[in-house]
Amino acid sequence: MTGTPLLVVDDIEVVYQQAILALRGLSLSVDAGQAVTLLGANGAGKSTALKAVSNLLRAERGRVTRGRVLFEGQDIGRLDTADLVEAGVIQVLEGRHCFPQLTVEENLISGAVSRRLRGRALRAALDRVYDLFPRLVPKRGINAGYTSGGEQQMLAIGRALMARPRLIALDEPSMGLAPLVVEEIFDILHRLRDEEGISLLIAEQNAAVALRHADHAYIVENGRAVVDGPAADIAARPDVRDLYFGLSASSERTPHAPGAPVLTESP
Amino acid sequence: MTDLTLSQPRQGLPAWAGRLPVALLLAVAFGVVPFVGDQYLFDAILVPFLALSLAGVGLNLLTGYAGQVSLGSAAFMAVGAFASYNFILRIEGLPLLAGLALGGVTAAAVGLVFGLPSLRLKGFYLAVSTLAAQFFVQWALTKFDWFSNGNASGVITAPPLTVLGISFDSSVGRYLFSLIVVALLTLAAWRLTRSEIGRSFIAVRDRDVAASSLGISVLRVKLLAFAVSSFIVGVAGALWAFAYLRTVEPAGFDLDRSFQILFIVIIGGLASIRGAFLGAGFIVIFPLILSRLGQALLGDTFDSGVLENAQKIVVGGLIIAFLIAEPAGLSALVARLTRRNLN
Repeated sequence: MTGTPLLVVDDIEVVYQQAILALRGLSLSVDAGQAVTLLGANGAGKSTALKAVSNLLRAERGRVTRGRVLFEGQDIGRLDTADLVEAGVIQVLEGRHCFPQLTVEENLISGAVSRRLRGRALRAALDRVYDLFPRLVPKRGINAGYTSGGEQQMLAIGRALMARPRLIALDEPSMGLAPLVVEEIFDILHRLRDEEGISLLIAEQNAAVALRHADHAYIVENGRAVVDGPAADIAARPDVRDLYFGLSASSERTPHAPGAPVLTESP
Repeated sequence: MTDLTLSQPRQGLPAWAGRLPVALLLAVAFGVVPFVGDQYLFDAILVPFLALSLAGVGLNLLTGYAGQVSLGSAAFMAVGAFASYNFILRIEGLPLLAGLALGGVTAAAVGLVFGLPSLRLKGFYLAVSTLAAQFFVQWALTKFDWFSNGNASGVITAPPLTVLGISFDSSVGRYLFSLIVVALLTLAAWRLTRSEIGRSFIAVRDRDVAASSLGISVLRVKLLAFAVSSFIVGVAGALWAFAYLRTVEPAGFDLDRSFQILFIVIIGGLASIRGAFLGAGFIVIFPLILSRLGQALLGDTFDSGVLENAQKIVVGGLIIAFLIAEPAGLSALVARLTRRNLN
């Protein structure tokens, strides 16, 4: 699964509202056709990293103050979101963010805005999404606000696919979803990677699922990537197991508070 | 705000059935009303109703569909009216409709400028910044008498309503003229809400970050909403001035008028074209009915001042009652009632 890096995040620093330092020199890279996951506690900077990649920081008055983001060797830090989507980078936001007053199908169509699809081409793109997410078919005429959380997550991913991206950044695709639905969604992400060669950058709390499905993993702490390696190796590390699976090899323990020391003696 | 847009045609009924009531309404408005109505009906009820409905449609595009609150509608109406007046006055032989359109374009340009704060501000803060339009426009129109062709108090008089040699300068004529303009612009607005632009309005209203993550330019969509909305509101202002009042001064487009239009949109139903007409009907026609009713029933016992104040209390109470019954406005109320009757 190695190739030329598609996306390189090079030592970026991000500041919100000119006061809050969210990323302090984070670096990572995603190879073409690879699924990379970012793990870390709440507030570690995973979402900020994704937003820096897809240039959505401005909406929250954040700014990249140092470092570069390269997509295919090109600095994309100055591109606005619309140009970025056209270049092939799109984000699926945390909490899904479907347009509740538009129907499922209209939500999908709105994802194709950057491609200005019409008629048969639009139909074909829609059919491809329905093919991947058959659960959306019976809901196509229903307002997205009335669909379930799992369906909305599928819709959000499907909507991103309409832009025909080469890299999708997903922020917590498992959030608030039942384990079976999470599996279903990750299986589809798998298919996207294998069948369409779409690269994935996934920020996740659910380390177990993410590590099972990703090729490579980064662990983010305090705005930096502190550990990285092949997903299988990361999953096998005892300190990571302890911190992110909430149990150590020997005994059950309560989940760690963010920022707490990694390894402590059980009482 | 449930059945805002693109609601599916009811099951079992063909698509045209949903449009039948509108077609019937238009047929009556064009084919029956002009022959049976009297001067009072046209001049005092239908023409202001049409002008305010159109303003409601315009504001609804901005506030209902695109989610940008504006308290500057009366200012954009004033710009439309005074700009049309000046274009017709100063360009020899300019057709009336071209004058109206240019007035609308001017209002759109002004709306665009006062829409710029929306790129940073949301909700109440944006509403407050649109107040600037309200005060600035009224001030400019009063301060510089060029706008009113040298009239010291800023009063303008309507040009003759003549299109292609046909004069619309009677009560029925003014009604028909308003009806044609309102029908055409409403149709255009309705088409817009069902287009890609309409969908991006809703996308920006509901989830602006998600919209921008898909490559929808939030900036462009918001400014477009301000421009299109102000165009329609501007033409409505010109109708208000030319077809209804005939002589108008800047003070006629004050903050009260802006509130009136905002209430039309809220009472009628946000993001509903039909709602603008229902809301305008409620605001324009209801007080008249109430006044007549009050005069007829209680005119002998109470003097007219008491009755007038009592009306305001009743109208206020009814607004609260309606909104409690259906927070999404009269449009949703009507939708619920018709659905129940069909089932």
